[in-house]
Amino acid sequence: MNDPVLKVSDLRMWFPVKKRGILTRTVGQVKAVDGVSFQVPSGQTLGLVGESGCGKSTTGRSALRLLKPTSGTIELDGQDITHLSRKQLVPHRRAAQMIFQDPYNSLNPRHTVGTIIGAPFQVQGIKPPQGVPTAVRELMERVGLNPEHYNRYPSQFSGGQRQRIGIARAIALNPRLIVCDEPVSALDVSIQAQVMNLLKDLQDEFGIAYLFVAHDLAVVRQISHRVAVMYLGHIVESASRDELFERPLHPYTYALLSAVPVPDPQLQQARESIVLQGDLPSPANPPAGCVFHTRCFMAQERCRVEVPELVQAGPDHQVACHFPLTVDTQLG
Amino acid sequence: MSAFLEVRDLTVSFPTEDGVVHAVEQVSFDLQRGKTLAVVGESGSGKSVTSSAIMGLVNRRAASVMGQVLLDGQDLLAMDDDQVRQLRGSKMAMIFQDPMSSLHPFYRIGAQLAEAVRVHNKVSKDQARARAVEMLAKVGIPDAQSRADDYPHQLSGGMRQRVMIAMALINDPDLLIADEPTTALDVTVQAQILELIVSLQKEFNTAVLIITHDLGIVADVADDVAVMYGGRVVEYASVDDIYNHPQMPYTLGLLASVPRIDKDLSDRLDPIPGNPPSPISLPPGCVFAPRCAYTDKVPGEECAVARPELLQVQPGHLVRCHMDHRTRVSVASSVLAQIRTGVR
Repeated sequence: MNDPVLKVSDLRMWFPVKKRGILTRTVGQVKAVDGVSFQVPSGQTLGLVGESGCGKSTTGRSALRLLKPTSGTIELDGQDITHLSRKQLVPHRRAAQMIFQDPYNSLNPRHTVGTIIGAPFQVQGIKPPQGVPTAVRELMERVGLNPEHYNRYPSQFSGGQRQRIGIARAIALNPRLIVCDEPVSALDVSIQAQVMNLLKDLQDEFGIAYLFVAHDLAVVRQISHRVAVMYLGHIVESASRDELFERPLHPYTYALLSAVPVPDPQLQQARESIVLQGDLPSPANPPAGCVFHTRCFMAQERCRVEVPELVQAGPDHQVACHFPLTVDTQLG
Repeated sequence: MSAFLEVRDLTVSFPTEDGVVHAVEQVSFDLQRGKTLAVVGESGSGKSVTSSAIMGLVNRRAASVMGQVLLDGQDLLAMDDDQVRQLRGSKMAMIFQDPMSSLHPFYRIGAQLAEAVRVHNKVSKDQARARAVEMLAKVGIPDAQSRADDYPHQLSGGMRQRVMIAMALINDPDLLIADEPTTALDVTVQAQILELIVSLQKEFNTAVLIITHDLGIVADVADDVAVMYGGRVVEYASVDDIYNHPQMPYTLGLLASVPRIDKDLSDRLDPIPGNPPSPISLPPGCVFAPRCAYTDKVPGEECAVARPELLQVQPGHLVRCHMDHRTRVSVASSVLAQIRTGVR
């Protein structure tokens, strides 16, 4: 296998909780991301799934060094970018871009589409041979926008079209990696499928690696090659896509999959779903032992005390659980 | 037997500076007690305006609302605001998408629930409070007695949505409208909330109108389904018929564009091309014609020129499409076969 475009090792992102007074002091840590490792090979997609507050977006942002991690290393194309300064990061920004969830807030409403998509060239001081305006028009055409709309403003486009503007901006400099943070969750079903197809086509054409952060498991199954499931700042299971969806080993993954209703009434009635009780615990005060034990239907005494390590559970399959599911315990 | 809720030719339009927004056009459906009707559609399809109009929440001075909404035989649209206000909260209630903006941030949740009791019933404060605590316990809030003194911001999203449901059901309404009740929630919490709505519906024999864009939720909870597009109902059928014998090309397009969690599909999805129409300038013929792949199956330019009627193809199954019955069935069966096998 080729070298990974992105390699994240033992990433920790803790946010201090401060108490203000005469002397401001730190009274605790929100452990948003707590020891996460993964790789994204070139031309492949790693889906990062989990519920709100599990740290998936923070992981995505740290991977691009939009945040400075508490500890751990981030390697982009083999180069350690963990401790680089803002200035030193600039050349690396060319190789790694981001697509945001909200197509309304991630585009400057006072800039024309031409300015927005041309911004990466300007920031990086790159002069494409055909000139920036032509390059921008080519990009617009590539993502399915009408190049004649070069001088329009974001407000004149629909949600799906705005997301295409964001994608055009992200691919402008031929990046090696794009972090997509919930790129389709704000879009309608029919538009969502269009944007997912576009992302897939661009990957095939340019060999871009995606770190695809999302909460919608069906979307993740459609687009990912590998999937990592996060819970309360930890990766609890990671496997190739088919392995994870066909043979989930972690009780959380299993419950998550069974909670998603299937768009087929007969199948849906026949499915047995596990309804997890309770809510996600606070990441400022995570449970001892396995972070999932408070909601787990398999939990035993050991889970309350001992933290499970992420271990190999099969070829291409890792799980962090003391009592992973087996064929017998999976309800089918 | 006439249905508990009958909506007849409901039409809502808003005059604006840019022109008249035709949000809802001639929508009709029936809903029985104890049954669930799902209204499915994308943004701008008119599904939320339909539910607001039923609840009497559309400002009649800013919009034109026409047609009939018969709740247990009484026409809500013919009543004045005070009469509707008496029914709202007692006979019919609504759960909104965003619980944070639907609960008052300055009042304790117990007090907000008790107020809902006292508006519609002559009871003492203590009785109302007791009812509020009882209802909080019923929707699965642990330690309801003390949680009733919490403010909304002290609760998680799922808990807030439970409080909303408790408030909606506290006066035993006969009609519950749930507008995207779980869109703001995580899937594991969504499963809890849907289970709660279904079990309370069984207990109180409530008629439930659920507005959603998620075809998985529809398959999970609905008895009947109305698919809306461009302010119109374009297909209406039982949940089995919608998924197994759909006939309107838009319904087919929706079914084909959803990614599936339970099976592998080919690399590319099969989306509906283009964008939904603007309700200010709807296309002149069939509202779906500009995005429809089958307009060439209809002779002449009919799809582009004439609005199709919503016609019954079987008892309980209505379709709005110019294609003849045979063509529709053959188109549908080939699309369904592609969806089933996952090969597109």
